[in-house]
Amino acid sequence: MTWEIVIGLETHAQLSTASKIFSGASTAFGAAPNTQASAVDLALPGVLPVLNRGAVERAIRFGLAVGGAIAPRSVFARKNYFYPDLPKGYQISQYEAPVVTGGEVAIVVDGEERRVRLTRAHLEEDAGKSLHEDFHGMSGIDLNRAGTPLLEIVTEPDMRSAREAVAYAKALHSLVRWIGICDGNMQEGSFRCDANVSVRRPGAPLGTRCEIKNLNSFRFLEKAIEFEARRQVELIEDGGTVRQETRLWDAQKGETRPMRSKEDAHDYRYFPDPDLLPLAITPASMEAVRATLPELPAAMRARFVEAYGLPPADATTLTASRALADFYEAVVRHAGGEPRACANWVLGELSALLNRLEVEADASPVGPAALAGLVRRVLDGTVSGKAAKDVFAAMAAGEGEADAIIEAKGLRQVSDAGAIEALVGQVLAANAKLVEDYRAGKEKAFNALVGQVMKASQGKANPAQASAILKAKLG
Amino acid sequence: MLSRDDVRRIAELARIEVPEEGLAAVQHDLNGIFGLVERMRAVDTAGVEPMAHAVDLTQRLREDKVTDTDQHELFQACAPQVEDGLYLVPKVIE
Repeated sequence: MTWEIVIGLETHAQLSTASKIFSGASTAFGAAPNTQASAVDLALPGVLPVLNRGAVERAIRFGLAVGGAIAPRSVFARKNYFYPDLPKGYQISQYEAPVVTGGEVAIVVDGEERRVRLTRAHLEEDAGKSLHEDFHGMSGIDLNRAGTPLLEIVTEPDMRSAREAVAYAKALHSLVRWIGICDGNMQEGSFRCDANVSVRRPGAPLGTRCEIKNLNSFRFLEKAIEFEARRQVELIEDGGTVRQETRLWDAQKGETRPMRSKEDAHDYRYFPDPDLLPLAITPASMEAVRATLPELPAAMRARFVEAYGLPPADATTLTASRALADFYEAVVRHAGGEPRACANWVLGELSALLNRLEVEADASPVGPAALAGLVRRVLDGTVSGKAAKDVFAAMAAGEGEADAIIEAKGLRQVSDAGAIEALVGQVLAANAKLVEDYRAGKEKAFNALVGQVMKASQGKANPAQASAILKAKLG
Repeated sequence: MLSRDDVRRIAELARIEVPEEGLAAVQHDLNGIFGLVERMRAVDTAGVEPMAHAVDLTQRLREDKVTDTDQHELFQACAPQVEDGLYLVPKVIE
């Protein structure tokens, strides 16, 4: 009997505002402890929160991008719990009336497009940080992060494998950066996932779920879900039952383990925050935000397939990040068309270079105009595809533009029929055995002869031309 | 009606210490309040939108600008214990 894994994700995306959600303190990462914690963030007596327009606009951007409903009136609530990095004793969040309801995110798994439905997305503030290293047996509290705006994005239990969950997390990660609401920096905690995992027999009601916290990389997300699903299946098959609980991913041990917490830790006693009036979003302010939205990845992917004739898989890869998609479009523009050749270069040599340097396309040492220059030289036959890779490597090393490198390194392809014919003559005379093999019907011998001609030309002969001349001479 | 255990649990959640001998009085008071709530619950509110605030207004927004400067030394002057800019609190580990 098989088991079905059911996964829902909750993602906290840190919104890229300059100031905090309810105070005028900076959100910049890496400041000295508590230098960016204002009186509001510290919950000093008598202070009042004032909502940041930038955070609201980013929430609207997200809602529009996923096709969700933007609430004309939403409410902030207090989520009550005690922890030293939460000085107020409650987190300001949204509960019954979130800013965004519904919507969906498209994912591609094994070449097939699927949609993951969103339940909601709501605004809330982050907590501070507790440092448990030894401060004379005490904990150190840094409240710089307290009050940083977050958008918590919750899915329906729509995913059925760890790979689907990762595909969703990557698509969401790409989307929030694409629409400019979150920098997506996972090391700094700007994009964090919690996974709700349960297992069931296909068609059966949903099983009891466990929530895994602390997943700050796509690899951990995948491994934690796989481990947790296996743990639950083994537990049930051994006659046990799954207990609803919060678990932590232990990356060192590669396992999830229950978080030590009190039974009533999750009684948050939400109620509307009397310090904050309801948030009104008018149709006009929503339309103002809509006007600033860029073309979205799904629309761009469809356009690449339709207008440029790219295979869907290539279009998907090119639209994985806005930086790469913009780079590709710039190459096409500079090359004056040839979208497929440009795509091959961007997905091939350029992507390999970016991976090696671990940078995004907008920080590429070879710019779109320079790459387009090289693509044009390949297409007009100035350099062979093979020599072009050497030219690209030289460009990446900062040796200049394609044309200059081709001249300096003498990589210009020989397309002069007379010169190639002379080379072919030499090769035929020197390789009687290969000629004999070819005439005896060995196709491989022909390729070997082409190779010899290329070698004799030091790689500069136009291979198509060399091949044609050889064929003609061999009759 | 709240039981003695309900009172203990609410006190625990609110981090309010209620001595055993005070439980009966708190239970009595809370049940009095719950009695008032029960009377209000008897009103038919079908079709009435829940009120989120006593004032029928919506909130004004603040421009996204950094307006607060570093005042941690001033704020930390009244903290019981501070080290390296951090507030020190009794050890908590989950």
